[in-house]
Amino acid sequence: MNRQIIRLTYVALLLVAALVVMTTYWQTWAAPGLAARQDNAIKRVAEFQIDRGLIFSFAPRQRLARNRQREVDGKTLFFRRYPYGPLAAHVVGYSTAARSRTGLERSLNDYLTASNANLSTALDRALDELRGKPIQGNDVVTNLDLDAQEVALAELGQNCGAVVALDPRDGRLLVMASSPSFDPNLVEADFGEISKITANCTPAAPLLNRASAGLYVPGSTFKVVTAAAALESKKYTPDSTFFDPGYCTVYGKQVNNFDTSRPYGTVSLRTALTYSVNSVFCNIGKELGAKRILDTAKKFGFYERPPLETPADERLASGLYRNGRLYYPARDTDVDAGRMAFGQERMLVTALQNAMVAGAIGNRGRLMEPHVVNRIVGPGGKVLEDTQPRLIRQAVSRTTADEVAEMMRLAVRQGTGTAAQISGYSIGGKTGTGETGVPGSNTTWFIAFAGEDEERPAEVAIAVVLQNQSGTGGSTAAPIARAVMQAILQGTENP
Amino acid sequence: MNARRRELFGLVLAGLIASVALASITLAQDAAISPDVVTWGALFLGLYVAAHIVVRRTVPFADGALLPLTAVLTGFGITTIYRLDADDGARQAVWIAVGVGVLVATLVWLRHDYRVLESYRYLFGIAAIGLLLLPSVPGLGREVNGARLWVDLGVVQFQPGELAKICLILFLAGYLREKRESLARGQLKDIGPLLAIWGAAMLVIVVTNDLGSALLNFGIFLAMLYVATGRAVFVAAGLALFVGGAAVLYNAIGHVQDRVTIWLQPWTDERVYCSLNGRLEFRQDCASYQLVKSLYSIANGGFGGTGLGEGTFVSPDGVQLIPYLRTDFIFSAIAQELGLIGAAAVLLVFMLFVVRGMRVALQADDGFSKLLAAGLTFGFALQTFIIVGGVLRVVPLTGITLPFVSYGGTSVVANFVLLALLLLVSNRASAPR
Repeated sequence: MNRQIIRLTYVALLLVAALVVMTTYWQTWAAPGLAARQDNAIKRVAEFQIDRGLIFSFAPRQRLARNRQREVDGKTLFFRRYPYGPLAAHVVGYSTAARSRTGLERSLNDYLTASNANLSTALDRALDELRGKPIQGNDVVTNLDLDAQEVALAELGQNCGAVVALDPRDGRLLVMASSPSFDPNLVEADFGEISKITANCTPAAPLLNRASAGLYVPGSTFKVVTAAAALESKKYTPDSTFFDPGYCTVYGKQVNNFDTSRPYGTVSLRTALTYSVNSVFCNIGKELGAKRILDTAKKFGFYERPPLETPADERLASGLYRNGRLYYPARDTDVDAGRMAFGQERMLVTALQNAMVAGAIGNRGRLMEPHVVNRIVGPGGKVLEDTQPRLIRQAVSRTTADEVAEMMRLAVRQGTGTAAQISGYSIGGKTGTGETGVPGSNTTWFIAFAGEDEERPAEVAIAVVLQNQSGTGGSTAAPIARAVMQAILQGTENP
Repeated sequence: MNARRRELFGLVLAGLIASVALASITLAQDAAISPDVVTWGALFLGLYVAAHIVVRRTVPFADGALLPLTAVLTGFGITTIYRLDADDGARQAVWIAVGVGVLVATLVWLRHDYRVLESYRYLFGIAAIGLLLLPSVPGLGREVNGARLWVDLGVVQFQPGELAKICLILFLAGYLREKRESLARGQLKDIGPLLAIWGAAMLVIVVTNDLGSALLNFGIFLAMLYVATGRAVFVAAGLALFVGGAAVLYNAIGHVQDRVTIWLQPWTDERVYCSLNGRLEFRQDCASYQLVKSLYSIANGGFGGTGLGEGTFVSPDGVQLIPYLRTDFIFSAIAQELGLIGAAAVLLVFMLFVVRGMRVALQADDGFSKLLAAGLTFGFALQTFIIVGGVLRVVPLTGITLPFVSYGGTSVVANFVLLALLLLVSNRASAPR
């Protein structure tokens, strides 16, 4: 029997040895993957022993997230406080023990907990551990303009909607407001309070970052993309003329202008954008075909998640949607190009994407990567990451961009967007009113760029979107855009 | 140095390891080493030294490594349990004391010739089946975590499965010793009882929902059958039967199905139906919650561990993050606090125990003793594999205990009986004649 016993010994030892191998696998190879999972409560709680990095606004420099120490079972734990409460809740997010993280608290967790793969961070961390001191995280300085952010949130008020403003020249994200907002301090202490939040939409969904994860019918703001596609095709110029009967015929059906009582008759493309004449864009759409317009939209960043430092699933791609999924037509005939050209036909866009469109037009066609993180600073003040401006691509040619910009300026000077005028600044904008068919539930938009003069690239680009409005984009969203742009422009003048 | 001196030296070392571990736990919890550490360390050592003295008197020629290895394992176990819950630590200490008492009693009772047990083999066989089915008797059994493993006698609760395992090994050692010749020749009339054992294993799964203990007992059976007959074909046929039977049961029993699904796909990207609350949830938040949390605990340990007393098991507001941490998932607690180094060290101790146990089987000179020692040792290894493998997602997770380490009276006592039998066999094999 001894031969069998020896063999059985090998089997038994092999079984236990397999356990050693698998323990090694989970503790070394698989550990980083598990640590990054959202439902990993152990990692999340363990990280409360770390003196988490702070999160700052850019100007004025304020702490958007700080720590409060508390002793629990002989351990020093660091709990998060958000001094400005709802103000930048969606960008900053929250970090709690009981619930998963969101916003920058989630996407920058490695930096904030000093577990990023950076030699100087790793060294600091090891020294802290040896001294028995709490590990110190790295601080994050955002690009947020806190005053403008405050104006944006106040202007949004009880409306459901969002404001995104950025500097189109370098992509710095200055404002990202989503309404209704919530107080991140209550997430752990009193989540019931957050679920009680109401606004003029149901569900109010205060946790949703409408600025980057809210998809809305773009309405006439999409005409900016269509106009750019038209000019890029070389088939049209701003002076191309059209005849507007007050409607456009698509597949034998009549699609009306916003105001059918007053057909414009013979109009130029320039006038059509200034006064937002649907039939003109409808005919351009039919002429160019859906794919040509969508390809221009892609150049502006549609069909991909806009790059930003917030978590990927808090940013959605804009484009045509079908059955809840992003959809790109295989053939031109799959989509009603006429309706799509003026922003209907299941086209859905985020405020962030629309701000990027306005920005690229104002920045001579150059689409810059949006950044909410300005820099990341180690405990000793050493700058670990310094965000540099990055060009995504030349979305459209400089000529096209300047021609569309000129049309948008006309819209603000004398067209649908006059409510956005700020004296002393050159502003170009486009209104949008996405009709849902139910009175009082329009989605209204205003996208714009602004600068001191027309000769230089715009200093700010903005997108404002509001849900459930009875007015138009020009009457509801444009005044908000004006207020926020004013706060930004005058803030930059007198820092 | 003879076996007994080595044993005493090993026990002192084990006592030191346990005391240092306890000291670092109190240091982590109160920023000072509690003076109680000395008392507890002395009691722990004293208990094992008492066992050592009885071993000297009753089985003086027995293997000198088994008792110290046991002491190390119980030391790891009790310090981890104490760190998780001081009261449970004290209770486990009582159980270890009871276990040592049972060890002593067994040694004293069987010191002349343990082979009398062979004549009671059928009694042990019936007892094994009876004990396994006991939890499914209405009014006696209690269902915990989807499986019926516990017997509640009002005053005491125990898991009869642990004792059943030892009874089964005693039965098989006696039965196979008697029939091994004819079995090896492959006579058909002896296949009957084997099929009966297979049927019993399947029955146990059906009535108790306990895949782990069925796998354990059937594995022990196949291993001992192989040792007795040397016919690998029996093992292959047995495995095929078990897998076939399990596949049928998989389709028939929801609990088994759930366990396998959890094993194969603990994480889902989309919400799936959750039978716990009837809603759609990610599986990691529902059915595979336990396994996933335990893996997070292991992963959090990394290479060097968080340090004793520094691990994360409770949220700041006092919510336990990992269920069944002291029993089924004690390995995940050890792996987090001691890291890969510590966890591998614990597994190494298990391997050493296996090596020593198998050595006893090799040294023994009669069939019953060989089968007994090999069966007990393989059972010990397989049980370790099933529970730790379950925690590590090598096999589907089932609720059995980690020998000598997990919290639980029955388990500790049963494993001390196992140790006593190994010492008895070893003593007889090494005794000068």
